[in-house]
Amino acid sequence: MTDDTQNKPLLDVQNLTVRFAIKRGGLFGKAKYLYAVDDISFQIKRGETLAIVGESGSGKTTAALAVARLVNAYKGRVDLDDTDFLSLQDEDLRQARSKMQFIFQDPYSSLNPRIRAEKIVREPLDNLDTVPNEERQEIVDKLFEAVGLHPEQQRLFPHQFSGGQRQRIGIARALATQPDLIICDEPVSALDVAVQAQILNLLRKLQADFGLTFLFISHDLGVVQHMCDTIAVMYMGKIVEYGDRKSLFNNPLHPYTKALLSAVPSVDKKRRAETKRILIPGDPPDPLDLPKGCRFANRCPVAQDRCRSEQPNLNEVTQAHSVACHLVNETGIAPI
Amino acid sequence: MSEPLLKVQNLRIELSLRDGIAPVIDDLSFELGAGESISFVGESGCGKSMTALGIMGLLPEKVGRIASGTITFDGEELTTVTQKRLRAIRGNEISMIFQEPMTSLNPVYTVGEQIAEVLRAHQGLSKAAAWNNAIELLDAVRIPNAKRRVSDYPFQMSGGQRQRVMIAIALACEPKILIADEPTTALDVTVQAEIFDLLNELKRQTGTAIIMITHDMGAVAEMAERMIVMYAGRNAEQGPVEQIIDHPRHPYTKGLISCVPHIMATLNDERHELTEIAGIVPPLREFGKDRCLFASRCNMVSQQCLDKRPPEAIFGDSQRSACWHAEAV
Repeated sequence: MTDDTQNKPLLDVQNLTVRFAIKRGGLFGKAKYLYAVDDISFQIKRGETLAIVGESGSGKTTAALAVARLVNAYKGRVDLDDTDFLSLQDEDLRQARSKMQFIFQDPYSSLNPRIRAEKIVREPLDNLDTVPNEERQEIVDKLFEAVGLHPEQQRLFPHQFSGGQRQRIGIARALATQPDLIICDEPVSALDVAVQAQILNLLRKLQADFGLTFLFISHDLGVVQHMCDTIAVMYMGKIVEYGDRKSLFNNPLHPYTKALLSAVPSVDKKRRAETKRILIPGDPPDPLDLPKGCRFANRCPVAQDRCRSEQPNLNEVTQAHSVACHLVNETGIAPI
Repeated sequence: MSEPLLKVQNLRIELSLRDGIAPVIDDLSFELGAGESISFVGESGCGKSMTALGIMGLLPEKVGRIASGTITFDGEELTTVTQKRLRAIRGNEISMIFQEPMTSLNPVYTVGEQIAEVLRAHQGLSKAAAWNNAIELLDAVRIPNAKRRVSDYPFQMSGGQRQRVMIAIALACEPKILIADEPTTALDVTVQAEIFDLLNELKRQTGTAIIMITHDMGAVAEMAERMIVMYAGRNAEQGPVEQIIDHPRHPYTKGLISCVPHIMATLNDERHELTEIAGIVPPLREFGKDRCLFASRCNMVSQQCLDKRPPEAIFGDSQRSACWHAEAV
């Protein structure tokens, strides 16, 4: 690790853990905890994109919410540009939030139906009150242009927009405070395929124009492959594989990542012929009663005794690629 | 070639709206052979699901109706049969699985009861026989420990398992056609892959023809032999899957294939900008106009496209494209 300020990550998440209390066993039953996110760490460099991928229930959205302090973290540290984000209080927190904005999955429920589009985009500016009143309209005009909406659409209400246009409003709102980091939680999964491309292109263009950093949550590996520089694969609250785009997609090491990639249907005839489907039968373990060893062991086609008794750590295979699997750690090559 | 299992000719389905009548399906023709699998592709609002509902006789009452055209199933004309006969066919010879496995099962009955219900209604089995049959079906859709799980309620099952139960219900009477309306959109990719495997295997075993409705070109490539691309209620392109993916002859098909970032065999540093299909599907009141409805989003548009609805151009023996510029695509 170098202390070079150039290489310092914009977002540095260390040992983040989120747990939820689950009441069980009646009135006096002992409180049980569900660890939705369990001791994960990742960094994003300025101007880059990190994706967290995983299936439903893997904890990817909870991790993103915890980074933005929309759910409380139980343990861990989140540094945004050298500010310890999790310890901020009141006014400091409010101001710091302007540096980190969120784009939500569902453009239908994330916009207030009773407020006009211009007011939605303007609201973060009004709330923070750092920009003089008379400049705010100008900022809104610019944002509408940047996300590809017409100026005359500012007066409309959310229901008068299509899904893709609404997501554009959501993006404009996220840009309003000139954030460094934007967390995109499945920004295109509620949209039609043809509209997805419009939004993905827009996000990449804005990233280039404004030097934005994205934390990108998605279950769609095709989209992730297109958008990201670094990828973290989550399974049952843990990061099982972490690597840069090329090494992770061309040389996936963890059996779960392999299975996930092999399950994606493809139009590429060559890829279809080359990939052998890796079956992972069964369901993930009960999150309240996690196994002692590797959480993937009960579905893993190559699991051994050691995998069932001992939890693997996320170890570096190369500088840009880490994996949490006993079998990879021993040999450095993919077990399947 | 012998008579196909299902033959749809010049089908037109109209919806009555506040501002007049809109043809949500406009002059659609296609054929489906026994044991064949075909896919409908397109964005939402293009009439994919309406086609399925039309075949099933499940169009929304008083709002939707088949205005003209024929649907011939196994020699029988479905557009004119009685409701009673239709009920006998539905769930028995043609059955359907829906997009949302969460909401298409009844939460207050066990899954066993729901599978048995179909068998008792259509095949007149006794309660005990139907129950035993339900266990076998659950086993066939690979739910582990079927004997115990048969008395589970839907909430006790995961999304993938519920979709398997839906498939068991749909296949209970060994239908000749199974219509799957976006069967995996609510599911994770690994579960999706398992459901696809299951459908393919059941198709091999039982010879059921499958009509799959989807918006995912990858899924089409894995599941279907032929595809029909729908746009604004019309057939944009139709033909063998491989042939169309290799060389689409309609700008819309081309857009649908290239607007999605696909995972390729090897990944390199270059990342192309995705091809965009600008704009959105036209509103219902535009449907049925005598011009190319895709013209407003097309980059090859010419005056001809705005003046007259394009006829179908035929390529090879079975690829058909409704575009004035099909040769140039």
